[in-house]
Order: sequence, then structure tokens, then C-alpha cells
Amino acid sequence: MIYLHLFLAFIRIGFLAFGGGIAVLPLVQKEIVDTYQWLSTAQFLDLVTLSELTPGPIAINSATFVGYKLGGVFGAVISTGSFCLPSIGFILLISKFLSLFEGNEKVQKIMKGLRPSVIALMSLAGFTIAQNGIMDWFAVGLCVISFVLVWKKMIDPIMMLILAGIAGIFYYR
Amino acid sequence: MDVLIKRKKGILWILFVSFFRIGAFTWGGGYAMVPLIQRELVQKKELMNDDDFINILSIAQSFPGAIAINTAGLVGNRLAGFRGLLVAILGSVIPSFTIMILAATLLFHYGDLVLVQRFFRGATPAIVALIATGIFSIAKKAFKQRFDLIISSGFFIFLFLFDFHPFWIILIGALTGLVRKS
Repeated sequence: MIYLHLFLAFIRIGFLAFGGGIAVLPLVQKEIVDTYQWLSTAQFLDLVTLSELTPGPIAINSATFVGYKLGGVFGAVISTGSFCLPSIGFILLISKFLSLFEGNEKVQKIMKGLRPSVIALMSLAGFTIAQNGIMDWFAVGLCVISFVLVWKKMIDPIMMLILAGIAGIFYYR
Repeated sequence: MDVLIKRKKGILWILFVSFFRIGAFTWGGGYAMVPLIQRELVQKKELMNDDDFINILSIAQSFPGAIAINTAGLVGNRLAGFRGLLVAILGSVIPSFTIMILAATLLFHYGDLVLVQRFFRGATPAIVALIATGIFSIAKKAFKQRFDLIISSGFFIFLFLFDFHPFWIILIGALTGLVRKS
């Protein structure tokens, strides 16, 4: 039964995952934390950190993590596979009707129209994570410093994550 | 394309290895993977030229899914049909999948260690910062018109206060995109 739910949850996420990268996180949060309550918000934070620290697409990493936690390796195969299914369907569709997609004005308009949606969804994810993960002034400082360094491209995002983690080890004892 | 057909026997293996390498050595997903895919496919393996690649990349962003997976599938499909599609997607997923299983196992075993918890506690503010940079880089493109800013804020309120499912926000966004003049 859990496999069926994993399948449904991640195929839905796959269908709605516009924007790439961390834009998928709010969808994962909605399904996994809110709808199914498979993870607490604190566990979701761990998932996000781990998905960033390990290589590969964030969506794939989080699908694998959730599937593995709930249903072992087979659960991970189900969740990761069902996340990819909509992509595969779209690719096959597009290869049949390529002219409909390539340089199509309507498709471009839709993608532009989706930007505010993606921004709102990501803001919500950022906001909930901040609510649960930024509890003191040290964390606020760490967040601001990380933002400036990453935004100005002075440091690689993953390196920043590791340094912030190490700072946490020293500060929170 | 003639060159490709001649070495079609090897093409599945080449696709698998290329996307395996991309999956294993890029962090962060999304657009972070694009330059690596380009270097691997266009410059090193010469499977396609720059125009082809840019074309595929723009199509890969016009439907949902991880950008890396969509790009892998489109490239595989174009070069070797459905089998190519599967092999390329498998190649890009297997490294993340395996490494995540190992990492999650470690977390489940050692997650209670104080050291690990402190690390995660320190990393979380940086995650918030990463999400903020993601938002800013999309907003830079989107907020050239004030209208987008208003829509975004409206969406945020609906999501936050009224707990709307993301589906509706995405549907309304797509529809407003279709209706708008520019």
C-alpha cells in the first residue's frame, strides 16, 4: 500500500515540477509533509540538506530519500521512477509533435506565466524552512553571510553549506 | 548525424557513461548541470553541435521534471530512440540514487549523534540562503514588470494563508501567461 502512495505522490510531484533545481522543494514539502505526513518539518530539513550535499538533481535525491525511508530500496525505486515518468511521457509526446513545442509562442508564454508561481512556491518553502531552522542571531548571521557570498558568486553553494555546517558544530555545543 | 548512425552500436554505452558522469559529479541540480552536460556531449563526445544542444535545452525547460533528466531523455531519444532515452535517464539517475541510499543509511544510523545534529543545524540557514538566491535569480527575470511582483505576492498569500495546493498556483500561472499580451 505504501508503494502505491509513493507512486501517486511522486508522479504528482513530477507533473508539477516546473523550474528545475530547488523549485521542486515546495511540492515535495506539500505532498510529503502536509498531505501524507511522512516526514516532520525537521526531517524535511534534513532531507533538503542531504539532497544538496549529495550529487545529482535535487528532485531525484529527495525522491530517493523519501522512498528509501518509507519502503526501503524498492520504495526508493518506486518514488524515483514515478518522479521520472511524467518527464518520459512528455519527451515521447514532444518527439511525436516536435513542431508544436519548438519555438512555440504559447509554450513560451506559459513558461513565462509560471515564473510568479515558481517564485511564490519557493518563497513559501524558504519561509517555512526559515521558521523552523533559524532560531537565533547566529543563524540569522549565517544566513545573511551565505546569501551574500553565494549571490556574489564568491563561493560554491555546496562549499558554503559544508562551511555553515562546520560553523554549526563549533557554535552549538 | 551520419557519424552517429555508423557507431550506433556504441551509442547506448556512450550515452550511459556520459550521463552517469554528469549525474555523479554535479551538485545542486537544475541549471548547475547545464555547462557540464554541454562539455560532455558537445565538446568531448561530439554527439551534437551547440545549436542542437541549445535547442534541446530550451525544449527541456518547457515541460515539468528535473532539467537534467529532461535533457538526458531528449538527447537519448534523439540519438538512439526510446532505448537511448531510457539508458540516458538511467545513467543520470543511478549515481544520485546510489549515493543517496548510502547517505540516508548513514543519517538513519548516526543522525542522533550530537555532532551530526549540530552540523545540520548550522547548514539550515545556508539552505535558506540558497533558496533565496534561487528565488532572486528567477525574480530578476520575472519582475521586469510590476504585474509579476503583484501576482507573486498574491500567490504567496494564497499558499501561506489559505493553504492552496501548488497545483492551483501553477494552473493559474500558466493561464495568466497565456492570456497576457507580452
